[in-house]
Amino acid sequence: MHGDFDFSVLADSLPFLWTGLQFTLKLTIVAMLGGIALGTLLALARLSPFAMLAKAASWYVNIMRSIPLVMVILWFFLVIPLLTGQPMGAENSALVTFTLFEAAFYCEIMRAGIQSVARGQVAAGYALGFTYSQNMRLVILPQAFRNMVPVLLTQTIVLFQDTSLVYAIGAKDLLKAAEVAGKNYNRPVEMVIFAAVIYFVVCYSLSFVVKRLQQRYAIKR
Amino acid sequence: MNQMTNSPMIELRNVSKWYGQFQVLTDCSTQVSKGEVIVVCGPSGSGKSTLIKCVNGLEAFQQGEVIVKGISVGDPKTALPKLRAHVGMVFQHFELFPHMTITDNLCIGQIKVLGRSKDEAQQKAAKLLDRVGLKAQAHKHPGQLSGGQQQRVAIARALCMDPICMLFDEPTSALDPEMINEVLDVMVELAKEGMTMMCVSHEMGFARKVAHRVIFMDQGRIVEDATKEDFFGTPRSERAQLFLSKILSH
Amino acid sequence: MNYHWNWGIFLEQVKGGDETYLDWLLTGFGWTVAVSLSAWVIALTLGILFGLLRTVPSKALVALATAWVELFRNIPLLVQMFLWFFVVPELLPADWGLWVKQELPAKEFFTATICLGLFTSSRVAEQVRAGIQALPRGQLMAGLAMGLTLPQTYRYVLLPTALRMVVPPLTSEFMNVFKNSSVAFAIGVMELTFQARQMQEDSEQGIETFLAVTLLYFICAFTANRIMAVIETRTRIPGTIAGQH
Repeated sequence: MHGDFDFSVLADSLPFLWTGLQFTLKLTIVAMLGGIALGTLLALARLSPFAMLAKAASWYVNIMRSIPLVMVILWFFLVIPLLTGQPMGAENSALVTFTLFEAAFYCEIMRAGIQSVARGQVAAGYALGFTYSQNMRLVILPQAFRNMVPVLLTQTIVLFQDTSLVYAIGAKDLLKAAEVAGKNYNRPVEMVIFAAVIYFVVCYSLSFVVKRLQQRYAIKR
Repeated sequence: MNQMTNSPMIELRNVSKWYGQFQVLTDCSTQVSKGEVIVVCGPSGSGKSTLIKCVNGLEAFQQGEVIVKGISVGDPKTALPKLRAHVGMVFQHFELFPHMTITDNLCIGQIKVLGRSKDEAQQKAAKLLDRVGLKAQAHKHPGQLSGGQQQRVAIARALCMDPICMLFDEPTSALDPEMINEVLDVMVELAKEGMTMMCVSHEMGFARKVAHRVIFMDQGRIVEDATKEDFFGTPRSERAQLFLSKILSH
Repeated sequence: MNYHWNWGIFLEQVKGGDETYLDWLLTGFGWTVAVSLSAWVIALTLGILFGLLRTVPSKALVALATAWVELFRNIPLLVQMFLWFFVVPELLPADWGLWVKQELPAKEFFTATICLGLFTSSRVAEQVRAGIQALPRGQLMAGLAMGLTLPQTYRYVLLPTALRMVVPPLTSEFMNVFKNSSVAFAIGVMELTFQARQMQEDSEQGIETFLAVTLLYFICAFTANRIMAVIETRTRIPGTIAGQH
């Protein structure tokens, strides 16, 4: 080993790294909440009896799922200003992109969740006199959501990792902050390692939670 | 029938087994002599399948000894694959290998374990398939056969290895009623030829016809180990009587 | 929307060179395919190995394989690219590190391939493990009962069926490899995404550029999907539910 590591610079750069991590977390949470909301609507569209609507939703989902995320990020960064006529910062562009992109993935999860609800439940809701939207809101979606919590969380772990790809448009997330700090202190190697450790700890802990949830759900059934 | 002069083919001495805290086998002892047919019965969860799997070491046990033809199964120095090669086993769910043809199912052990040539293995396979009446199915895959046919193939697969004894683990309990007899017929024939057999089974008709002894198990213990005549005449334990009355009233 | 379309851009020469933009994209396509296919070979080999190790009776081997999977699954691919590119050479013995940094030909390509291969191997391993664990326990017993050793039982009985079962999930992993190869732009592999950014800046025809590149990615994903579909049909076992025609 010839790299003589010096991790002492970490302490000095912590506040700066923290601002990066804050954006990473903000992006994750916004894209998760927005993505689940939009994804649920897409799922309802895909399952709706209106062929046009179902088709449009399924096209949207399939296209998003077959393009590399980096390309999607680049696409939005290029196209949004052309559409709105004014430049949009990398951070805001990332928030919009990730919400729209993740919606496609959450859509497929919610669709499976809705289909996992027993048919008898749907019938029972209608038998009580609920309308379609009442039945969805009060009977089906709550069960679908609960059944899918572990899968939704797993997707969120993937999302958390994917946020690092905003590197492509220069948004200041944890990884970018680590890179900048690495340059400032001339310690790029230590900074990359440190960022990797943070990502690992967060993802590993979250996946541990998911495993626990799955075990609890497995017993209930 | 007096076979006590020969050393037994299979001997179990005080075998006990636990899954964690739960004891599945308690102090089980019995012997099977060469040419003997033993039927093991008992309610579900009584440990009979576990017991029979201890004989070829598929289930490990913590106490006691299992000896097959003089070789101790529990001894860590015993080469289990070598031992198992000569102890045939037939499973409840057949366990044919779904991705191989029937012939390949019969050959794989002969080639990989016994080191036979492909030709030799295929000849043997053809002979045994003919014997169980399935020569025409040789090129098919297990999924294309009925349950009864699959179980006959499984018996042929075990016989290909020239076993010194055969273990049957509920061979007919996963079968539709109309297929049970085709499998039992093969087993009866085997018994009549003098094969040493240990069968976990609820087929009392089969037991009456060919068994020499019947073992009755309950809650991990061998409750009764009697000759067929004694067992069907007057079982000593109440549990066995109750079990028999239930199973025979069907 | 005020955008000046120019579909002829692909045949125009790049600024300061005698190639066309089409040449750039085709070079990029070549590197994308090269990185993806080589990474897939690594991923399949190691993924099957570590996936089956997670199901063996040895606690030490299971722990090793689990650590492998968790390590490569819980760090973003881009960060792993940086780790392999910037950090690993520092961890090697001095002269090796120097060789990697200065003399290794196509070092970006090798780094990206190894990185993507190992990253994907952890995902393949999870599928393979699930496939093996989904087999009836009796299959293992039947293999052992006829005298096969444990490795033989895996080789002849468990893996052939388990691997067939995991072809559908592996299909999406194979498609993911092509998508994920795009991350290699960050360490300077001149693959499609790298070329897309370069052409966008150089030509200022972003939409045409991205449409062409997106189309090329579609072609990769579609081809990968078809290849796996052919494999699935070819390896189908007669008499299984999936095999009924």
